[in-house]
Amino acid sequence: MNNRANAAWAIIFVIAAIFLGWRIATGNFGRIYVERQQVTVHAEDGSVAASWETHTKVPPRDHLGEGVSLSIPRTIGLWAGAILTLCIFSFLYGDNPFYKTAESIVVGASAAYLMVIGFWTQIIPNLIGNIVPDWTRTWATPGLDPEAKADYVYLLPLLLSIMLLWRLAPVGGWISRWPLAFFIGATAGFRLIGFMEADFVAQIRATIIPIWVRNPAGGVDIWASIGALTMIVGVISCLIYFFFSLEHKGLVGKTARLGIWFLMITFGAGFGYTVMGRIALLSQRLEFLFYEWLWLDSPTADAVSGAASLIMPGLGA
Amino acid sequence: MYEFLKTLDRRWVFLLMFLAVATPILLKVTFPEKPSAMVMDVFQAIEGLPEGSKVLMAWDFDPASRGELEPMASAFTRHCAEKKLKMYYMALWPLAVPMIQDSIRILEREYPHLEYGRDYMNLGYKPGNEGVIKVVITNIRKLYTTDHYGTGVETIPMMSGVTSVQAMDLIINVSAGDPGTKQWVQYVATPFNKRMVAGATGVQAPQLYPYIPAQLVGILGAIKAAAEYEQAVIDGYPHLAKIATAKEGLRRMGPQLVGHVLVVLLVILANVIYFIGRRRGDTR
Repeated sequence: MNNRANAAWAIIFVIAAIFLGWRIATGNFGRIYVERQQVTVHAEDGSVAASWETHTKVPPRDHLGEGVSLSIPRTIGLWAGAILTLCIFSFLYGDNPFYKTAESIVVGASAAYLMVIGFWTQIIPNLIGNIVPDWTRTWATPGLDPEAKADYVYLLPLLLSIMLLWRLAPVGGWISRWPLAFFIGATAGFRLIGFMEADFVAQIRATIIPIWVRNPAGGVDIWASIGALTMIVGVISCLIYFFFSLEHKGLVGKTARLGIWFLMITFGAGFGYTVMGRIALLSQRLEFLFYEWLWLDSPTADAVSGAASLIMPGLGA
Repeated sequence: MYEFLKTLDRRWVFLLMFLAVATPILLKVTFPEKPSAMVMDVFQAIEGLPEGSKVLMAWDFDPASRGELEPMASAFTRHCAEKKLKMYYMALWPLAVPMIQDSIRILEREYPHLEYGRDYMNLGYKPGNEGVIKVVITNIRKLYTTDHYGTGVETIPMMSGVTSVQAMDLIINVSAGDPGTKQWVQYVATPFNKRMVAGATGVQAPQLYPYIPAQLVGILGAIKAAAEYEQAVIDGYPHLAKIATAKEGLRRMGPQLVGHVLVVLLVILANVIYFIGRRRGDTR
């Protein structure tokens, strides 16, 4: 980048920093307030069976309401979310340590979450719970069916799991290939059936449709007929494009070229959809930063007060 | 000008996109939406169910696609709650559990008369991808011995008589990829002829359209369809118009419009620069 561009970016970042500094100095923001409610569950004899407190998040504009208090843990979470969002956004300017840190946190936290939830939702209730149900009920899953009996068939998946983990051992790594082969074979088997039924046979069936579509009055439905014809021509021309046993010249070549047009239109539609998806994700993150973190909100959801809160951020609080 | 535009740093394009998306958000610009025929097919699939029908709410997305899919998930939840349907939430993605909890919070806050275990329940996440679908379609209790909170399913009233997913009157799947709508179509909707509607990300939607109408009743594709569906639900149940969070998709269509106009202008501009360069013999 040249010096003029560097200067322009420096000015943009300084303006953003001044805005944040001013927001910190003047307004309430970056806090989460909750409304506390006591929930009591009574037993059949009227005694209190259980009691706990629920914390419901309230919008920033209601933070002065009765029974509403600041939630420190949620506020820390809010700041962590906002800072990590900005760290990820910083990649748009260029690769940097802030982005790398945020990326590592996401990967690490996701992996840990996956391990913990996999342990408590599958290994405990479905594996250990089936082999030794009474013992599992006493320390891990009290809600497990009290009439459940031990099912020793589940020793087989336990054995396969141990064999799979054997690759971590210094010797006998080949043992893990046996369960791996079983999983690959089983997965390929039932995926094949799924694809054959839903993506092959059912799709051929869905393409065999009348070209002249009749409306309820008995006449020809022009638009539905054009749609059906377009679909049939599109399917045939795209199939011919991928048919390489015949040279693509003459009628075959022209049909294949038409197939390319259909494919290009499909890719274009896919690109348009992708843009829509990405903008939706960006707008959700900006809504989080503007409304939940910076409190650039207004008591009434109209354009004038929205603009006013941007100029005078305290308005929304 | 030609040289400036040809060598324009992409960071200026990012800044322009930021402004294009941020401005409508801050100004709270929204546009009216008219539900399309496809969206109305999805709406009617739920609207046509009698009170008390069983609906499987399979939420297969995570926070990475929350901005796009949460409006659909929330609208489906509100619509089913208004219709007094029995909702069974489950997930094939580990990070979909908080997404289910978001939907359940809507029920707790806006429909306090609905009771956990009688009107809705959270079966939670199970690892195993399509393997889970393959099992629950014949025997749900083999995998789901407890709900997400560790309560035995045999003690939950709404699980009475539910031995498999075949007991469901409709399957609603909100999906961001695999496993998701494709697998539910392959292993449930097609072989067992179950009625199913889906909400999908923009990236995924074009791959799912061929399943309509034989294998899928309809799809909500990306945020545009989510906004139209929200409008359809609000048209059907006007009191929802007062709830700000029931219009998340509608709110996000303002940034969409400005962002798309910017993308179109940039595509045109890039092509103009390309053709000017080609006429000048500039091959850089």
